[in-house]
Amino acid sequence: MADAGFVPSLIGTTGETLREAFGRALTGAAARYPSLIVLDADVAGGTGTHHFRRAHPERFLQLGIAEQNMVGVAAGLALAGCLPVASTFAVFALRTIEQVRQSIAYPRLNVKLAASHPGLDAGPDGASAQALEDLAAFRGIPGMTVVSPADAIEMTKAVPAILDFDGPVYLRTGRSPARRVFDESYVFELGRGQVVRDGVDVTIVACGVEVARAVDAADLLMRERISARVVNMSTIKPIDDALVATCARETRAFVTAEDHNILGGLGSAVSESLAKTVPTPIEFVGVADVFGESGEPEDLAVKYGLAGPAIAEAARRALARKRSL
Amino acid sequence: MSDLRERATEIRRIAVSLIDGAGSGHPGSCLSAADLLAALYFGELREGRDRFVLSKGHACPALYAALHLRGHYDRAALGSFRRLGGLLQGSPTTSIPGVDATCGSLGQGFSIALGLALGFRQRRLDGRVFVMLGDGELQEGQIWEAAMAAGHYQLANLCAIVDYNKMQSDDVNEAVMRLEPLDAKWRAFNWHVCAIDGHSFGDIASAFADARTIRDKPTVIIAHTIKGKGVSYMEAVPSWHGSVKLKPEETRRALADLGVPPQRQPEYAFHG
Repeated sequence: MADAGFVPSLIGTTGETLREAFGRALTGAAARYPSLIVLDADVAGGTGTHHFRRAHPERFLQLGIAEQNMVGVAAGLALAGCLPVASTFAVFALRTIEQVRQSIAYPRLNVKLAASHPGLDAGPDGASAQALEDLAAFRGIPGMTVVSPADAIEMTKAVPAILDFDGPVYLRTGRSPARRVFDESYVFELGRGQVVRDGVDVTIVACGVEVARAVDAADLLMRERISARVVNMSTIKPIDDALVATCARETRAFVTAEDHNILGGLGSAVSESLAKTVPTPIEFVGVADVFGESGEPEDLAVKYGLAGPAIAEAARRALARKRSL
Repeated sequence: MSDLRERATEIRRIAVSLIDGAGSGHPGSCLSAADLLAALYFGELREGRDRFVLSKGHACPALYAALHLRGHYDRAALGSFRRLGGLLQGSPTTSIPGVDATCGSLGQGFSIALGLALGFRQRRLDGRVFVMLGDGELQEGQIWEAAMAAGHYQLANLCAIVDYNKMQSDDVNEAVMRLEPLDAKWRAFNWHVCAIDGHSFGDIASAFADARTIRDKPTVIIAHTIKGKGVSYMEAVPSWHGSVKLKPEETRRALADLGVPPQRQPEYAFHG
């Protein structure tokens, strides 16, 4: 259905980006999932699905710049017995929110929506391209599973797990090179967080590109003899309540870190979990309910308080609150 | 044809009665679509192979009537329409036996139908996909996204039916947002266009037959219909579009218009 020789123009910085890992994992899964079909809205070069298009042009469906229709088509394909994965940029996924709600989630169809370019990580395209609301929006839909892997290894392992899962999933990928968090031995389990770095004084729960920055923060805190536990919470919904409760009992102070608005995303999910299990002081790292601007992702992370030092500072605040209890 | 006419009349009787029993629903929209639904469910649709998507999901009382008459559920189930814990929801959803797609938010069913048609083609199945659109629904941008894609993919296994009753929730189409020239719009999106009288079973059958012969385009049947068709006081009166609560006298008159004498009207009391 597409010209396999076409060279996409949207491929960004080379390296282990989440979107490249997503595109390669999807392509690798094609043989195991014969009903898999990939849908695009004219951004395959940007989402990583160009890898799938090149390898399996007959299972790649171009819908043009029309995301709402793409998502509805995905619902119809699922009803016809296909396993559709629709992909676009996260800001454009937001415009399909009602279609995902009505056409996919309500009838609980087995459709996966994969969105790249989320958060300030989208970088130079500026605020209009930086989706800060997607985790909140998709988390709010009944029955929707929401996943945001931390690095290329986790993405590679998450894609087959998501394809094996029967139900609607929102998968957040990423534009910019993502630093390595896991090695090849990593095992992804949908709905389970993982302790990336153990610690006893405070727990930093992060997702996506913020996991590597949370490890930076743990390193900074170590110099002050603060032992920070870092948890990768790649499944934001359903949240791993058991792990949250265990970490709360063991460290009694929390920080969440996400490249997303501080409202409605990972921080909210972890807070809700803590509130119903082990109420614990919690500080939030994220974009402080403002829009971003053009810039390189690492510079934006510093300016908007998403980098390691800001996470470390949030951990100190959480610790101070714990000690004053 | 006389059988189809009887089926359509029975669909109308049940639809009006469902709305009466539930205390809310969209009668005008059901009545304009009833003949087309009868022609689909008692003629054109091949069970197990073809699919039907009611993108104008608010006309579901008529769909539920047709599905009941096709034997998907018994008469007792009709009493559950719009009721707590009931089978028949206020908008069609796939948990209801015989319903092929979840609809109720205008514009979305059309994309689902397009996906079904693409999926059948992908899987080399010979099923055809029919989708009924409201005329007001054509004001949704998603409709034209899907229309463009169906034309692009030359989806001959997709047949759209516009229930062109000229009225929508607030007023006549012409006053709310003009649709004309409607046939030219669809042609410009690379569709085969058939304009018919949506209450003529001969016209409907010819249009379906015509659609089957087209190999390289999707077909749209622009079915000119009358809102409220069959109930004298509802015909072409926009206020019967929206969700209404029928008064007992209104239901009695509607059923009488639809050929149900007073002594038989209790058979149509679906009160859960």
